[in-house]
Amino acid sequence: MNIIVCVKQVPDTTVVKIDPVKGTLIREGVPSIMNPDDKGGLELALRLKDQFGANVTVISMGPPQADVMLREALAMGADRAILLSDRKFAGADTLATSYALSGLCRVLDYDLIIAGRQAIDGDTAQVGPELAEHLDLPQITYVADAKVLDNGHLQVDKENEDGIQVLEVEGKCLLTVLASAFDARYMSVSGIMEAYDKEVEVWSADKIDVEEGKLGLAGSPTKVFKSFPKAMKAPGEVHEVTPEEAVELIVNQLKVKHII
Amino acid sequence: MDFSYSKTEQLFLQMVRSFAENEVKPLAAEVDEQERFPIETVQKMGKLGMMGIPVPKQYGGAGGTVQMYIMAVEELSRVCATTGVVLSAHTSLCIAPILENGTEEQKMKYLPKLASGEWIGAFGLTEPNAGTDAAMQQTTAVDAGDHWVLNGSKIFITNASYANVFIVMAMTDKSLGTKGISAFIVEKGMPGFSIGKKELKMGIRGSATCELIFENCIVPKENLLGPLGKGFSIAMKTLDGGRIGIASQALGIAQGAMDETVKYTKERKQFGRAIAKFQNTQFQMADLKTKVEAARLLVRSAAWKKDMGLPYSADAAMAKLFAAETAMEVTTKAVQFHGGYGYTREYPVERMMRDAKITEIYEGTSEVQRMVIAGHLFK
Repeated sequence: MNIIVCVKQVPDTTVVKIDPVKGTLIREGVPSIMNPDDKGGLELALRLKDQFGANVTVISMGPPQADVMLREALAMGADRAILLSDRKFAGADTLATSYALSGLCRVLDYDLIIAGRQAIDGDTAQVGPELAEHLDLPQITYVADAKVLDNGHLQVDKENEDGIQVLEVEGKCLLTVLASAFDARYMSVSGIMEAYDKEVEVWSADKIDVEEGKLGLAGSPTKVFKSFPKAMKAPGEVHEVTPEEAVELIVNQLKVKHII
Repeated sequence: MDFSYSKTEQLFLQMVRSFAENEVKPLAAEVDEQERFPIETVQKMGKLGMMGIPVPKQYGGAGGTVQMYIMAVEELSRVCATTGVVLSAHTSLCIAPILENGTEEQKMKYLPKLASGEWIGAFGLTEPNAGTDAAMQQTTAVDAGDHWVLNGSKIFITNASYANVFIVMAMTDKSLGTKGISAFIVEKGMPGFSIGKKELKMGIRGSATCELIFENCIVPKENLLGPLGKGFSIAMKTLDGGRIGIASQALGIAQGAMDETVKYTKERKQFGRAIAKFQNTQFQMADLKTKVEAARLLVRSAAWKKDMGLPYSADAAMAKLFAAETAMEVTTKAVQFHGGYGYTREYPVERMMRDAKITEIYEGTSEVQRMVIAGHLFK
């Protein structure tokens, strides 16, 4: 089985601060890490490799600095690492990013694609599902577990708000994974020793199957109007009452606040 | 001259730091309180290859450097000095002498299991009457034809009750003095070998420190380590290496106490402001930080020399002397900065202060380090 795992290098938002004037992230001095959900995805791929045998390729799109994150993936046990890095990708929104990644996936041999649910810097949760659409693949989001059945199908546990949905998939598909479901392994010491002897392949746009006009800023319909930190709201109140009492309660509150 | 970590070392540091924070730190108070050997941590370290960092790949190790090994000891000791010394004694005092003096058969037999963490290693030199005067060995080994017979006892042996492999020094010819001491590889379960009483200690309370008892202990002929009569020299060289490990342990304890104190003095308010804002705090902490960094350079330089195959005996002694005294000073002041809270077990600095003291004592007291350094100086 050939598995592709999509990983993104992100600022560690647990230590990041927000510029109060511009409303943007202050990235200086903030360590870069492998996005936690993506690391969970890599852990799932490595567990499938341990249990059923698989070849795990990690792919990422980003600047050359993402190299260190891909070395970490290799030290954890990934077999191959490819970094899409080209000025033509610059300014990509989620659509252009997922399109570029789909162009890379199309030239690779794969049975399964795993992505993190969402990245902690953008929190869009769009790239995984969009990648599946570009490749015309079935997708299962919010995956909490997966295994290969005797018939070769994949059995996947999908986390819903009210429980776990167990799904069986035949053929290629894309999963998006939750970090909380997969306690990612540490790099091994021997993996670390070999990480810099292996190659992180750096690919430019002309090596993948894409139309150039759909890449980077040109291929990005998203325009950022304004970014700002979310204002903290006071905690709400919970009242357990009948519908009639609820109406009265809400109307009273609206009157108190002079809204009606 | 390059003082920066290599890319491989940076990746390694990222791993050991996160391992120490997530797996070791949460257990540190309990391991101390219950005087409990952190066996589950040792098993996790074994799986990750941390129990055989500088062991070459052909013997089942990770093929790393001494520098990486001591980085691991520092990062572990920063949060739990017990875990730090378990790794240090295992690697410096058991793996290293086998690696440096063992036959090919001995290396193939012992190193893979030690490097994987399946076996834990220990070292026995100290006796009730042979502490700093290690030449006064009373444990004897008699050649009985097809095997050796060991009699005597060893005390203060780190890892003892959990170890499978022990490097043991014994007198094979008393008339030759130190040249009559030989080294042996003794396995747990060999006839006549038992573990005696466990010490109750001030610090590093989770490390299993026990007595070793040899009563007509039968050790196979092929378990002589190195040439006959070279045991004292093997022990001294082993301790030279061990001192880099203990220096790193001391450095880790000092760094851990610095981290705790910086955090605490920024949070603790007296007279209307954080105590970190007071110049007394700032100046004292600046001095401590400088000493910790100086210790780190001494430790790294000694490890670098060992990696390069250069003489490092005096370097290791200087690193241990300075790092141990720094650890004692930093932890004592850390408790002072924490005030009454620092004296309670609610904060980790009191444990760090108790742990720091041993680094001035074992693997050669600070006085022994001064003897070693002066010995090189006035050669």
